[in-house]
Amino acid sequence: MKSLDAPHRPGAKSTKPEWAEGLKRLYDSVVEEPLPDSFARLLDQLDDDQHG
Amino acid sequence: MAEPARIPESGRPERVTNGNDAPRKDAASSNAASFKRELTAVIPHLRAFARGLCGRPDLADDLVQETLLKAWAAQDRFEPGTSMRAWTFVILRNAYLTDMRRNRFRADYDEVVAERILVAPAGQEAPLHLSDMHRALLTLPPERREALLLVGAGGFSYEEAAQICQCAVGTIKSRVGRARAALAQMIESGQLPRRSGNDVAHDAIMAELDASVQSGA
Repeated sequence: MKSLDAPHRPGAKSTKPEWAEGLKRLYDSVVEEPLPDSFARLLDQLDDDQHG
Repeated sequence: MAEPARIPESGRPERVTNGNDAPRKDAASSNAASFKRELTAVIPHLRAFARGLCGRPDLADDLVQETLLKAWAAQDRFEPGTSMRAWTFVILRNAYLTDMRRNRFRADYDEVVAERILVAPAGQEAPLHLSDMHRALLTLPPERREALLLVGAGGFSYEEAAQICQCAVGTIKSRVGRARAALAQMIESGQLPRRSGNDVAHDAIMAELDASVQSGA
């Protein structure tokens, strides 16, 4: 694995290729999205069913 | 492994204290609360993994819901102190493969939605469009795609990824290597799959999946 801190230069083989950065950003962009309430509601409902 | 605590206050029923001052007989309920808290914390990662796997945000979120239901039902099998993210990724992956076999995701990749959702955040310089990235990713055979998602995006080690995919470490390394080579070739040569041509990619994915299912992989 090459240095992650190397400055990005398009086409430069000595740095992390841009698609690798894109892949990480693709993932992170979803992680950073606001979470729809439906997920918390689902877990609350499961919790209630179990303990209520 | 640090998990982001990005839980909207509105989605939180009540503060869970994790039973620091609870009597010992409440250990079970404390574990349950801690399980729920940890499960909640990994939801953003489950969404990211699911979207990388199946492409469409709505189907990906359905997959996450399914995963949460299965994880909840299996919570007795979760060992406290181990990685909740790895544990739930296994569940999500299995649910995805099952759904794939039922053709739930066939030809369902919605280019317009992906284009809109995957646009880079404003102010961020994107060396390539995330939709391009995603399209390229979706052309990979599923086992290479998931390996690359786990290691290249999810930050899992090869060993962790091998456990999640229930295969040998060498297999994961090989899949990641091939996926990287394919993406690098596709993107750096500018030969991205055409935006309207994803049927071909899907057919290829399904053919490969059918083959791996039939071979018992």
